[in-house]
Amino acid sequence: MSVELDVFVGNTTIMDEEVYQLWLDGYTVNDAVKVRMEGGVMDECEASKDVLLSDTMDQYRTFQMCERLLHSPAKLANQLLFQIPPHRQIMLIERYYAFDDTFVREVLGKKLSKGTKKDLDDISAKTSVTLKSCRRQFDNFKRVFKVVEELKGPLVENIRQHFLLSDKLARDYAAIVFFANNRFETGKRKLQYLSFQDFAFCAGQLISNWTVGAVDNMVEDMDVDLDKEFLQELKELKILITDKDLLDQHKSLVCTALRGKTKVFIEMEGSFKNLSRGLINIAANISLPLRLYPCRSDRWSAADMKLYLTHYTNSAHILDTFKHQVVWDRYMGVVKSCIFKMYHD
Amino acid sequence: MPGKLKAKIVAGRHLPVMDRASDLTDAFVEVKFGNTTFKTDVCPKSLNPQWNSEWFKFEVDDEDLQDEPLQITVLDHDTYSANDAIGKVYIDIDPLLYSEAASVISGWFPIYDTIHGIRGEINVIVKVELFNDLNRFRQSSCGVKFFCTTCIPQCYRATLVHGFVEELVVNEDPEYQWIDRIRTPRASNEARQRLISLMSGELQRKIGLKVLEMGGNAVVGYLQCFDLEGESGLVVRAIGTACTLDKLSSGSAPNTNTHMPVFVEDLPSSSGPPTPFRALPTSSSPPPFSPSKPCSRQSSSSDTDLSLTPKTGKNTWPRPSFPFSSLPSPTLHIGEFPFFTLTSFPPGFLLHVGGVVSARSVKLLDRIHNPDEPETRDAWWEEIRQEIKSHARALGCHAVVGYSESTSICEEVCILSASGTAAILNPRYMREGCLDIGCTDHRFEEPSPPNCGFCHIPYDELNMPFPAQLTYCYHCRRQKVPDVLFTTIDLPSEAAVAGKGCLIQARLCRLKKKAQGEANATAISNLLPFMEYELHTQLMNKLKLRSMNALFGLHIQISVGENMLLGLASATGVYLTALPAPGGIQIAGKTPGDLSSEHISSIQKRINDTIAVNKELYQINPPELAEEGVGSPIPEPRHRSRLFRSHSESSDELSELDLSHGKKDAFVLEIDDTDAVEDIHSLLIDAPPPTGFYSCNTENMPGISNWTSGVQMFTSVRVLRLSNANLTNQGLNKIFTDLCENLLKSFYFKLRSMIPCCLCHLNFTVAVPEEELIQVTVTAVAMTYDKEQTQEKTAEKPINKGSLEAEEQLQFPLELCADSSSSNIQTASKISGIINSASVDYGSFADRCSTWLELLRLKAHTIRRGSVKTISSLERCSPLQEGRSRSLRSSRSFGGSSVTVVKMTPLSFLPGTRIIKYLGIINMFFIRETTSLREEGGVSGFLHSFIAEVFAMVRAHVAALGGNAVVSYSMKECVFMENPNKNQAQCLINVSGDAVICISETDQESSASTANTGQTGGSETDGAT
Repeated sequence: MSVELDVFVGNTTIMDEEVYQLWLDGYTVNDAVKVRMEGGVMDECEASKDVLLSDTMDQYRTFQMCERLLHSPAKLANQLLFQIPPHRQIMLIERYYAFDDTFVREVLGKKLSKGTKKDLDDISAKTSVTLKSCRRQFDNFKRVFKVVEELKGPLVENIRQHFLLSDKLARDYAAIVFFANNRFETGKRKLQYLSFQDFAFCAGQLISNWTVGAVDNMVEDMDVDLDKEFLQELKELKILITDKDLLDQHKSLVCTALRGKTKVFIEMEGSFKNLSRGLINIAANISLPLRLYPCRSDRWSAADMKLYLTHYTNSAHILDTFKHQVVWDRYMGVVKSCIFKMYHD
Repeated sequence: MPGKLKAKIVAGRHLPVMDRASDLTDAFVEVKFGNTTFKTDVCPKSLNPQWNSEWFKFEVDDEDLQDEPLQITVLDHDTYSANDAIGKVYIDIDPLLYSEAASVISGWFPIYDTIHGIRGEINVIVKVELFNDLNRFRQSSCGVKFFCTTCIPQCYRATLVHGFVEELVVNEDPEYQWIDRIRTPRASNEARQRLISLMSGELQRKIGLKVLEMGGNAVVGYLQCFDLEGESGLVVRAIGTACTLDKLSSGSAPNTNTHMPVFVEDLPSSSGPPTPFRALPTSSSPPPFSPSKPCSRQSSSSDTDLSLTPKTGKNTWPRPSFPFSSLPSPTLHIGEFPFFTLTSFPPGFLLHVGGVVSARSVKLLDRIHNPDEPETRDAWWEEIRQEIKSHARALGCHAVVGYSESTSICEEVCILSASGTAAILNPRYMREGCLDIGCTDHRFEEPSPPNCGFCHIPYDELNMPFPAQLTYCYHCRRQKVPDVLFTTIDLPSEAAVAGKGCLIQARLCRLKKKAQGEANATAISNLLPFMEYELHTQLMNKLKLRSMNALFGLHIQISVGENMLLGLASATGVYLTALPAPGGIQIAGKTPGDLSSEHISSIQKRINDTIAVNKELYQINPPELAEEGVGSPIPEPRHRSRLFRSHSESSDELSELDLSHGKKDAFVLEIDDTDAVEDIHSLLIDAPPPTGFYSCNTENMPGISNWTSGVQMFTSVRVLRLSNANLTNQGLNKIFTDLCENLLKSFYFKLRSMIPCCLCHLNFTVAVPEEELIQVTVTAVAMTYDKEQTQEKTAEKPINKGSLEAEEQLQFPLELCADSSSSNIQTASKISGIINSASVDYGSFADRCSTWLELLRLKAHTIRRGSVKTISSLERCSPLQEGRSRSLRSSRSFGGSSVTVVKMTPLSFLPGTRIIKYLGIINMFFIRETTSLREEGGVSGFLHSFIAEVFAMVRAHVAALGGNAVVSYSMKECVFMENPNKNQAQCLINVSGDAVICISETDQESSASTANTGQTGGSETDGAT
């Protein structure tokens, strides 16, 4: 004796958020049943294991049928197959596009290609996110990337409109798309301590200040491509380290301002040249703004860093032979805030 | 040439990719009606084509309009090979044919393909221009309204009930024609869908003609069924109750009880012209009260009127001709079957209820030779109906209410079943000749209070048709009532009950030897009586176990398979306070002093405990207690009256009354073998629903009426494969019982978020699709209710009743008159108020119609607005904003359409709302087939998506009619066949219901409403917002 067929269909589609999460997390039906049993849901309605199994299967089927619609969330609102109240639709979409920080950290900056997809089982093993869930997240990144790639207008806005995501999630996706597009490597060991949110913040800074979109918001890829003209101009900042006079002048201005205000003054003074070189070199070949690592020192506190960078930036304005003030501000503004963000434990 | 049908194809969306190379589709549409076909242009390379076609006009007979559906086919244009079909939409034109229903069909319809399911959507507009045809010999019956609802629809009143209408049409099943061997499955399925659509149209038209002939204008309780007889053909049959309905002007419905049918006398429309009906009583007995007395309560107790005036006797009844004499006199056959498919009636309509009458017969199917003369099938049903009629007569009844018919077919054997409830109806509502005159009984003239009158036995107590224990009615103490009452109808609204009701099911499996032809039929008919007996015994035991004494909505289904018969009886148990309290169940060993006596006593204890637990669970307190508990001053007069009456009765009868009261013969179960022990165990297996849940299979849940707005209709199908080859009857019973119980448990679990909640109209259907398969299909609705108000409600009920009775018995005509007229004025003023408010309400309804998409869009909008701030420089982006959103829209381009929320319920009402318009009947038939079962997620995945698709198509049709709900929804047929080895499956589904527009109930209630219902209404609107 066996149950050959077992379905339950409601006029308003019944969805349990807990089961949805289990499905998203890539649990098999049996594992999901186990988790639910441990969660104590059985006591709620004198349910048995069979009841739970049947319910879980039903829900899994429903989610599978919905998945096609979730790939283009706008469809979910005007499809006729499932009657789902609006707040539920929002929940479904938001959770479907949510991702694990540990997972995204692994693929951030990598090309969203078939090659990367093949490595997903390694990532799954490493992050202990199930392979199924990894695939969903990876496909989401790829899908969002593909759609916004061809669109004009601001990136975050496009993502939000197209995938009906919350502001927060749309910004995260914008960061992912940005990193994927520019292939900024984030996998370096030195950067391991940084979380996805740190990178997302940096991406946000870059998007709003350094991209084409920062000056003109009618171009394609305005928010994913960096402003080439600006990059060219950045090269001219080299003068700050190549011109010996300027370098010394700059140093003395910064040191005067800093003297007596910090405990690590001596060190600051000693490493001024290196630090400045590091900062300016990044500007020269912007491919990896996250090489800012040299600035990090164990003995500098966040406040020290802030103090230093503020004076470092401001002093440059006083240099009379330094003519690139606008570029300098546009550059240092982002670099500063990125470094502040990364300067944590 | 009396009709012009116009159709316009607007657009499509979400179309499937038909051209793999370009990932696009070159779609065009064929619009077909009858033999005329139009085509749209090809819309190249688009998955969201905009055709915006001209109006395609079809000039057709209204007969065709009724029979034929409009057929819309979406195709993919292919220059070199044949065009590929994407899918079809069938649109039933019928709702456009009567003036009061929908005027236009317009909206998005799912494009359906029998192999691939829903493939995108298409936007269509359909209109009909009808020219009046005064031809007497016309074949069409445009204008006759059809309702699936088994009570008088809200916003209508019945001026007359004409009686039973039936019709059947037969045809060859395309699936079994020779051509089926050479055509594709798709072509075969579509031929079948189309044929059934045509046949239903024809059937409906023919029934409509009969109704017109009878002088009616509507069919209520329309029940249409298919018999897929396989080789021998396809039968579509329908039954219904012909009525003359008057539409109440919208908004003026003074009916407080939203789901109670409105009959003419419930109308306090003092201003309106007197309906023919009201003049009626004057023909025999002078009205004891002022003729202007319009209040329903007094007139419903017409018996009181009669008792006050000299008994003019039987010759006054049936009433001589009604003021309808101008109509053609009814043809002879009308009165032949005094059957009513209605299950709930207005107060006073139902005088007495005799009990359930049912008939079954086993037939061998043979090929239908001449489809135009389906005499054999007609004769079969005729036979069954005659039997039902004679059963009813044996119960001293002249009518059968809650009547329904069904079949079960396995190979060439067919079981025809019919059942109903024998009853005596108030002749005042009947058309002359509708009822049998012969069985007039003295009882009719005696007064009987409405809350217990229907329980009083209609048959002669000296000449009882079956053994029953009679006692005096526990309410009025005047007339005899049986100890238990089984009926197929809904609980009358005026009935006095104690506690809550509950779903009671009897389940039974009987093995049968495989056989062919006549031998098989004989074997089955030999088994049938035993099954019926056992089902009845089970029901009786379970009823007593729950300490209840009446069953409503009883439905017994016997399903035949190759090697077994399945029996499933479902009903709603209730404690009627007019009937005696049920005795307990006594267990007795066959041989006294047996070793097992200990065992017996332990079983006995379990049974007693269960009864006690159930009493608590369903809040069944002795009614006497309940009355005193209320502490209202009203019951006084009733006591007095009871005393007064008992004076007139002989002391003999009194003592007899006491005796029977005290005796209360317990039901004795004998344990004589292991089977009996098993039976008792199975009795105790039924688990009560978990806390917070109640269940019933009727329209109204006894004891609960304060519904809140939560409604969830669902369909569930479960198929069990019996692997064990040598099963016993006992083993099978256990499996079957567990199957049903587990289904219920699953429902409770799934719907736990709705607690407190009641599963209403639980409709179980069983089938044996293959030798070792058992299929159970359930459709029901879960409704939330307000737990707090339950107590209040029950407390208040007796007060109303008491006051009503007191008024009657105290005979204060003057006061009454003044009272009712003043209340009339009140209602009249209220009516105008309501009309005003109704228009306001309608507006708000339209607001509420703003759909999910809009909501989502709104949300998106606010987000967008918010996001402007986040962009660094405001001036820079604001002028560009528009261009940007334009580019976005073009890339999404799903049109500005929206999806209307459509509620569905198997009940005739939606809590917290009022139906303002019936848009027509929904009757749809779908076939789905797959040759890639595994890829679609196996049988469950396949059926899951099919049922979801059927729901979607029903909702889309209702929305296109302008409606927002389906009431009296039912899934008549769900035939599932599979062949996993070939990776194939097929399923047929037939659904029906009434498309309606309903609006949220406003706080304004008519003056008759109690504070309580007002409160309920208030809380409901709260819940809705």
